[in-house]
Amino acid sequence: MDDLLTSGPRGTKPKRAFSRNNIIVYGTLLIVSVYYLLPLWVMVVTSLKGMPEIRMGNIFAPPLEITFEPWVKAWSQACTGINCDGLSRGFVNSIKILVPSVILSIIVASVNGYALANWKFKGSDAFFTILILGAFVPYQIMIYPIVILLREIGLMGSLGGLVLVHTIFGMPILTLLFRNHFAAIPQELFKAARVDGAGFWDIYFKVLLPMSLPIFVVAMILQVTGIWNDFLFGVIYTKPATYPMTVQLNNIVNSVQGVKEYNVNMAATLLTGLVPLVIYFVSGKLFVRGIAAGAVKG
Amino acid sequence: MRNAPTAKRPVKIFSNLSAKIASIPMVFTAVVVFLGGSLWTIAYSFTSSRLLPKWNFVGLDQYERLWNTRRWLISIENLAMFGVFSLVFTLVISFTLAALLDRKIRFENTFRTILLYPFALSFIVTGLTWQWILNPDFGLQGVVRGWGWESFQFDPLNNPDLVMFGLLIAGLWQGTGLIMVILLAGLRGIDEDIWKAARVDGIGTVKTYVRVIIPMMRPVFVTALVLIAAGIIKIYDLVVAQTSGGPGIASEVPAKYVMDYMFGAQNLGQGFAASTMMLVSVVVILIPWAYLEFGGKKRG
Repeated sequence: MDDLLTSGPRGTKPKRAFSRNNIIVYGTLLIVSVYYLLPLWVMVVTSLKGMPEIRMGNIFAPPLEITFEPWVKAWSQACTGINCDGLSRGFVNSIKILVPSVILSIIVASVNGYALANWKFKGSDAFFTILILGAFVPYQIMIYPIVILLREIGLMGSLGGLVLVHTIFGMPILTLLFRNHFAAIPQELFKAARVDGAGFWDIYFKVLLPMSLPIFVVAMILQVTGIWNDFLFGVIYTKPATYPMTVQLNNIVNSVQGVKEYNVNMAATLLTGLVPLVIYFVSGKLFVRGIAAGAVKG
Repeated sequence: MRNAPTAKRPVKIFSNLSAKIASIPMVFTAVVVFLGGSLWTIAYSFTSSRLLPKWNFVGLDQYERLWNTRRWLISIENLAMFGVFSLVFTLVISFTLAALLDRKIRFENTFRTILLYPFALSFIVTGLTWQWILNPDFGLQGVVRGWGWESFQFDPLNNPDLVMFGLLIAGLWQGTGLIMVILLAGLRGIDEDIWKAARVDGIGTVKTYVRVIIPMMRPVFVTALVLIAAGIIKIYDLVVAQTSGGPGIASEVPAKYVMDYMFGAQNLGQGFAASTMMLVSVVVILIPWAYLEFGGKKRG
């Protein structure tokens, strides 16, 4: 090391695999990566140990004896209050919330973005500005009026109500995403379709939709992870029987009754994190594109 | 302002009718839910609503009570401290990592995937995981003590003075990846010639970053700043999962105050007043940003 530090020639650097710079760059990244991976590692190993081993051993150590019992218990027996049917109920609820929310929010937002990009009308930009500002405002300020709205239409506490809420709060970012996407498509295409007599919906379905599939996938990734990870809306707008997985998970782990079973808790935590993790690792660059598209372009 | 995409619209009302109908959900959300909802909450923050919203005007009573409540003051203090540390550390860590990834390294995708994956997780998952890692008996403290360092102390979640740092560790773990990706995108937007020019002038790498690159990336940094700030003010799930506001009320935050008063204590007026204060704090951040972003230049 010291040799490399002192005797390296100044001026143009020769390309070397183990130059001082490389050691610093890769070394730092490696250490940081280990740190970022550690919690995932802890979750996995804890969920595969028995309770005696957890009490005796090291939180970072791999299990001496692998057991899948915590996973089974977390999925089908863990208790929240009086219900002891495990996280499976929350999982089913989350799926029931997720699928319609993702579909509805994407349909609504893509049509909004399309109208904003290609069919501006008086005031459309003003509405869009309010919509975007809404994304930055703390949700707390709109929570209660929405409770009243949902109560009025009889959807308070139901999955349908939560689907509506997700559609509303997904709208700013998704509309922005679609608006930017449609605005980047050459206007000539749009004009040509108009000349051929195509209307609002014709152009949307026959011209733009077929060439916009990647952006729909990006929007889907964004929404699936966002809605799956939601806690705030789930806890407000549903009732215990319809709690999504995150809310149920929190209730299981942070319940004060009974002996703490850390292995079951970690299995439950991992189960809840599994859906977004799988999507993240499978989608790779599209996930990055999604968050970058939402964040960087304005 | 508007660069009309269609050169001529034959019959104004009818040609745009579909677009208007299709925009109803957006208009409804923007005007009724976002704008109307916010105004409704602000209006009812001046009432003595408890279990149900009631229109009996009491002026600034709720605000007076709010600012005399110890829990609210602690929440604000916590948020301020968490906010400052989170902002500084997120920017420094994210930029350092982005700069390292930008050094034309191998396995860039692998590193980026590892650094960003926590962002895909729910705050509940993050909070519960770190709660377990920071468990005083079996977690990090227990492990180090097990190695023979018996007096080792690292129990932030049960120490009122340190609990916000326990949350900070988890928050940074989850959030730095996102900001890193955004800053990395900004770095990639910098012209390669800048680097060549710096090299010709004999300016070192670190110095080039500090003196040349960072000032050039101002818009990206502003975006990152707004994203971090908006995230900080909204912080709620992480606290609920990791500490439930404890020990005692040492890690309470404003968003949790609002939720607990609205849905737990059945004191809607207090909840409305507290959420209005949250809105005010965001507006204070947003207005300068909106001015910087949209004030100067015309948008296409």
